[in-house]
Amino acid sequence: MSTSSDPRTKPAPPKRSFELSMLLYDQRYRSITIQVFFLFLLMLFAAWLVDNTVNNLRALGRDFSFAFLNAPAGYDISQRPIEYNSQMTHGRAALVGLLNTLILAVMACVLATVLGVIAGVLRLSNNWIVGRLMTVYVEVFRNIPTLLWILIFGAIMTEAMPAPSAFRGDTPAASMLFNDSIAITNRGVYVPSILFERDLGSFQLGPVAPSISWVLVILIVAASIWANKKIIDHATRVQNATGIRPKTWWKSILVLLGPLALYFIALGAHLEYPELRGFNFAGGTHLRNSLIAMWLGLGIYTGAFVAENVRSGILAISRGQTEAAFALGLQPGKTMRLVVLPQALRVIIPPLISQYLNITKNTSLGLAVGYMDLRSTLGGITINQTGRELEGMLLMMLIYLAISLIISGAMNVYNSRVTLKER
Amino acid sequence: MSNIESHTIAYVRGTMIPEQDPPITETGAIKWLRENLFSGWFNTLLTILSLLIIWWSVAAIGPWLWNMVWNAGSLRECREILAGAEGACFAVINDRWHQLLFGFYPPALYWRPVLALILLFVALAPVLFPDLPRKLLWFSAVYPFVAYHLLWGGSVWLPIVALLGFVAGYVAWRLIHRMSPLASVFAAVIVPVLWWVILAAPLNSFLYSGLPWGLDFVRSDRFGGFLISLVIGITGISISLPLGILLALGRQSDMVFVKSVCVVFIEFIRGVPLITLLFTASLLLNYFLPPGTSFDLILRVIIMVTLFAAAYMAEVIRGGLAALPRGQYEAADALGLDYWKAQRLIIMPQALKISIPGIVNTFIGLFKDTTLVVFIGLLDPIGLSNAIRASTDWQGVYWELFIFIGLLFFVFCFGISRYSMYLERRLKTDHK
Repeated sequence: MSTSSDPRTKPAPPKRSFELSMLLYDQRYRSITIQVFFLFLLMLFAAWLVDNTVNNLRALGRDFSFAFLNAPAGYDISQRPIEYNSQMTHGRAALVGLLNTLILAVMACVLATVLGVIAGVLRLSNNWIVGRLMTVYVEVFRNIPTLLWILIFGAIMTEAMPAPSAFRGDTPAASMLFNDSIAITNRGVYVPSILFERDLGSFQLGPVAPSISWVLVILIVAASIWANKKIIDHATRVQNATGIRPKTWWKSILVLLGPLALYFIALGAHLEYPELRGFNFAGGTHLRNSLIAMWLGLGIYTGAFVAENVRSGILAISRGQTEAAFALGLQPGKTMRLVVLPQALRVIIPPLISQYLNITKNTSLGLAVGYMDLRSTLGGITINQTGRELEGMLLMMLIYLAISLIISGAMNVYNSRVTLKER
Repeated sequence: MSNIESHTIAYVRGTMIPEQDPPITETGAIKWLRENLFSGWFNTLLTILSLLIIWWSVAAIGPWLWNMVWNAGSLRECREILAGAEGACFAVINDRWHQLLFGFYPPALYWRPVLALILLFVALAPVLFPDLPRKLLWFSAVYPFVAYHLLWGGSVWLPIVALLGFVAGYVAWRLIHRMSPLASVFAAVIVPVLWWVILAAPLNSFLYSGLPWGLDFVRSDRFGGFLISLVIGITGISISLPLGILLALGRQSDMVFVKSVCVVFIEFIRGVPLITLLFTASLLLNYFLPPGTSFDLILRVIIMVTLFAAAYMAEVIRGGLAALPRGQYEAADALGLDYWKAQRLIIMPQALKISIPGIVNTFIGLFKDTTLVVFIGLLDPIGLSNAIRASTDWQGVYWELFIFIGLLFFVFCFGISRYSMYLERRLKTDHK
């Protein structure tokens, strides 16, 4: 009586000894029953699969081993970011494929972001014709499969572009772009490359040998960006203390470009232009048709999706924010930069990163135009030559999975940093 | 008074000025042009750039489209008709459209896929448009079996026996539900599975030997073209939604084990490209199944595509579930609803409504992804376009085929996305 009249203490559950039927009817134990049942079914299924696999492998007289990765590959790869020839191992070929996959993914991500941001912002513009044009771009690219776009760009490159021989003669049928520096032919695109007169050589880092000169370039750029951030932080501190923001633009330009320019001069950097020699172009960097087709196909296709993300991100910011910024006297440019964009980015970035994920996974379509990515080397020729489907596919899936998890891990870190801290 | 003022103060008007037209720059087309195209230097620049782009594309494609040829037997004939002019040779579509649509399906039986497609719209209508009579939903439920028989043919008893499996499950559920609701759920799962695994095949062959009714059997390798995209896409879409809902609920569940299995499954599927899953279906499945089993490649692909789409669907629906205010769950608890009733009556209708755009995007993505089956040797439109180009008549035909295939996909995907906009508008219950 005394316990039930006091509302602050819960009445203790009636004491009952455990009965078997409680496993089915008592909410506290039922979930355990279901899980045990589920676990049992799943383990049964897994055991069945493993048993089948073992039996099948034994029937075929095969073992499960990754030793084939050390055997000589015996096939050539057209695009080689690191040194490779057909005498090297399957593992090395897979590494080349992986690097090709990553190169393509990064290039396509950059293109998709640039196109997507431009198209997304312009689609909201007051300009009628631009708005319509961007709508057409987004709808046409979004509603037609990527594979078809890749094939279309591949066909444009091989069928609609002039052959290298068209560049020959006094009155050639085709000419190079930008003052004889870029040649677009049906065998690929030739662009100038940067060479160093006093090259610093390369060093061995595991299986790859990066060039010291280029590693230093990356380090210098990183250091410049870091120094520039310090300058801006300092300016903000001064502004907070005194109310006057010191002019920083000339310091920023000096810090960002100066060291790199000095470095290039010190190493004697110069451009090597492609030239028509014999039946083909030589010199410069040769971007193969397969790379260009994949890059344009993935980049422009995904750009349409990014455009939609950007548009919805900007639309998600309520008009009150813009109006409040105007009421504070901010100009339209500053309103966009200081008020709208920081908030819109919070909405835009997560879907943007999942688009990056999609690009990375879609690089596996490279097979369609003969791009030698991970899927074409490890998951294609290597599997065909060695007959190791099980091991090869497993390894390839794990690599893709690892890349995806790294990207989505980065996204989670970003998300947790920008989430609104609500109190 | 006013009379006196009008005489004494010279600048007061006695009459109204007749209303004048607004300035010419503020009316009609000119005003519209000024406001929408030339409102500033930047906008003017954009307008000129856009006009240049449009002009450039029309100049590049216009004459080619204008000179199109529809009647020719080969690309060579096309070029003879064009006599040197640039022109599209759509004769290839005229010649091979049936292949691009149906693959190698026997031409005498084209009525079957066409009828299946028409019936599909009949079956979809009550699902898509709630104003139609609810009785039609019964047809929607039976449709998959009708469609299977129309497309593949063979024994008419096979789909009927398969359908009876669901009936058996329902009967088992009704019988046991009185005694134990939980056991009835298990029974509703186990009885149909047992039916299909043990009873279905003998029953089918017994009935077929007695009453050999049914349409002509068409082997799966005769399927191709847009037909195969539709079969894979629509089956995948209709199965991946319920599967995705289950996975999303599993991921939100309190049961640690169920939750972790769902998380691992979803993250694995989302982490690898679809093409690796398709290769698993075509290359590796033989390792995982008992020796000697082999089943239809299209069926394997459908299973993989469905699992793939279900993982994405689960994440979309999880987003919808997360967006629901906590109060909705609590209200359902307060009303005394059990878990499934709360999900069915309160949570899911709202969560699904929130996730409509994501669900539709997943559908469209799945439908577009059906083109990847070309990599494992199925002849979808893209695979057939390669095959057509390999023939001597049509060697070198690219753009016409790409345009045709692109248009087919565009019409479907664009149609789906417009429908989703209609749905969003119709389900909108807030006051905006």
